[in-house]
Amino acid sequence: MTAQASRLAEGGRWDIITANHAVAHAARLARVQVVPAYPITPQTTIVEYLADFIERGELDARYIRVESEHSAMAAAIGASTVGARAFTATASQGLLLMHEVLHWAVGARLPIGMAVVNRAVGPPWSIHVDHQDAISQRDTGWLQLFVSSNQEALDSVLMMYKVAESPDVLLPFMVCLDGFVLSHTYAPVNIPDQGDVDSFLPPYDPPHWRMDPDAPITYGNLVMPDQLYMEMRWSIDRASRAAKDRLKEISTEFAEKFGRYHGSAIYERWSQDSDYLMVASGTLASEAEVAIEELRREGESVGLVKIRLYRPFPGEEITELAAGKKGIIVVDRSVSFGHGGPLASDLRASLYHAEDRPPVVGFIAGLGGRDVRVRDLKAIFRSAKRKISEGVDRVSYWYGLKVREVGE
Amino acid sequence: MPITMKDLRRAGKFVMPGNAACPGCGALVAFKLVSKVLGKDAVYVIPACCTSVIQGPYPKSGFRVPVFNMAFAAAASTAAGMAAGLAALGRGNVRVVAWAGDGGTYDIGIQALSGAAERGDDVLYICYNNEAYMNTGIQRSGATPPKAWTKTTPTGKAEMKKNMPLIVAAHGASYVATASIGYPFDLVNKVAKARDKRGFRYIEILSTCPTGWNYPVNKTIELARLAVDTYVWPLYEVEDGKLRITMRPKRRPLREYLAPQRRFAHLTEEDVRALERAFMDRWEALEKLEAAGRIFV
Repeated sequence: MTAQASRLAEGGRWDIITANHAVAHAARLARVQVVPAYPITPQTTIVEYLADFIERGELDARYIRVESEHSAMAAAIGASTVGARAFTATASQGLLLMHEVLHWAVGARLPIGMAVVNRAVGPPWSIHVDHQDAISQRDTGWLQLFVSSNQEALDSVLMMYKVAESPDVLLPFMVCLDGFVLSHTYAPVNIPDQGDVDSFLPPYDPPHWRMDPDAPITYGNLVMPDQLYMEMRWSIDRASRAAKDRLKEISTEFAEKFGRYHGSAIYERWSQDSDYLMVASGTLASEAEVAIEELRREGESVGLVKIRLYRPFPGEEITELAAGKKGIIVVDRSVSFGHGGPLASDLRASLYHAEDRPPVVGFIAGLGGRDVRVRDLKAIFRSAKRKISEGVDRVSYWYGLKVREVGE
Repeated sequence: MPITMKDLRRAGKFVMPGNAACPGCGALVAFKLVSKVLGKDAVYVIPACCTSVIQGPYPKSGFRVPVFNMAFAAAASTAAGMAAGLAALGRGNVRVVAWAGDGGTYDIGIQALSGAAERGDDVLYICYNNEAYMNTGIQRSGATPPKAWTKTTPTGKAEMKKNMPLIVAAHGASYVATASIGYPFDLVNKVAKARDKRGFRYIEILSTCPTGWNYPVNKTIELARLAVDTYVWPLYEVEDGKLRITMRPKRRPLREYLAPQRRFAHLTEEDVRALERAFMDRWEALEKLEAAGRIFV
């Protein structure tokens, strides 16, 4: 299936809307039943649109105007424990405040849906995009999918509910979209018909457990070291891995039904016939796609790998594509202080066991919303190519600093 | 019709033997009474607190009601989500109960509690108050009374405690009450009243704690009565904005309540007098509130 999948199957209606509006439509079409809502820039308009849908009678859901993001996630957890489909949205500090209960949602195996509108983390205050907020939740067990267009944001919420609610997954998911670059930018979006979505995404019916007075159970009480705590953690790890397979199937099913394919765990282009691969997530990756088109016209041999699913990590998929390449260039929009870019680190770890593993050059760019343009990505590629030929290998390079990097 | 002993005997039994409560645990007595009144159509969310342990370790449970164990700060918010979920699924008949200790209510959980109370979420919030962080081994909370020894107040707590039920009442909750396991019929009838109302209801139950208060285990009920009789723990309810004191016992000297508890063993005569004055001040404030009529609006 290619990016230019057939549009013949498309129904729905077209509108020119922001990604936040598209996400709200997705939640409406998914018939979410409980929406705990708390405002934070640049997410706020998602929960505003949902309030409108509910008050206009276009969505039959309970809307809880919670007093914090911690409570937003706790309320989503509560709703999911009784078998309701829950949805919320947040960004930045809000996501960080949720951190404790993000773990709880995973441990209780609740397939809650959330939109994370990526925004930098303070201080200093910045409302603009980077991925530090979501990447900092990497080890919570949430399925994390990064999108790079308004349409992909809408479609991914629908697909990820289906992935998350699969009996062998049962994990919560976050669809991550770049603040302002997507959240507040208008683009043409196809809004599917409710009937088509209903036939794609059945109502949530928990197959594992729920809070039910007719079948009382105690969930989450104390577990001793010689009991099954480790096994429960193992089952989460296994479920996370299964999510990758489910996404593959469900992306194909979605494409057949709606005529749109955005990739699965990854989206790749020109990866087969290229000497180099550029790897990125979110809108950086779609910007890279444009940069690579130009580079290829200028005679460079480079392909694109867009990491859509960050957890579970598509290590095998990338390893397969990386075989025989001269080098991999990874552009991270976040940083693991003291250890470089998280995507680059994860990718290197995945490649370690590959027989034919190319060098990986990592760059950190675009933090706090700093613009990364096509010409920047082309410069990153050329710089990486030079570094690879000179055998320079460092954890990550910072691109575009206004002060000179020490030792550069 | 008020609940009688006969009703309680006939009611279901939701706490099993073999649970992990300390001997003489007041919280367990409270849970038994509450669960009997609420019956089968109830789900419970329990944040970190003694009851996280009392219910017993995985894979068994001493409770025959649905229980979701939750993070410390999130009892009220989780319960709010459950209530919304049940309403969305057409199961509005099921009561959602947040069952939390005083740490999870007065301190770490107060934000979520305040939010749920202000919104009027359809939740029955029960704080069983044993006046300190007992599950972590006796550290002071916002509910610890002045002068009481805890491991973080080794010479006695310097401050007064929060007036939590009145804080909740000031939110305009649909029902607020205090109760004591020493006066079980007052307690169960308040729970029944709360059960039959909708919106945010709050009941705080003084739950005597032999482990944390350091008294002989056979005095659990006696001390729970004495707390009321010495005016340390006034019993009242707030309904339709009006506060009503539900029990006016003949006042006993504070010393009778303090003496069996080693957490107060270091108190001087002067301390006891000061404490008595502090509790009487609070009692008199309650009487003024009662006389004022509809004030929690």
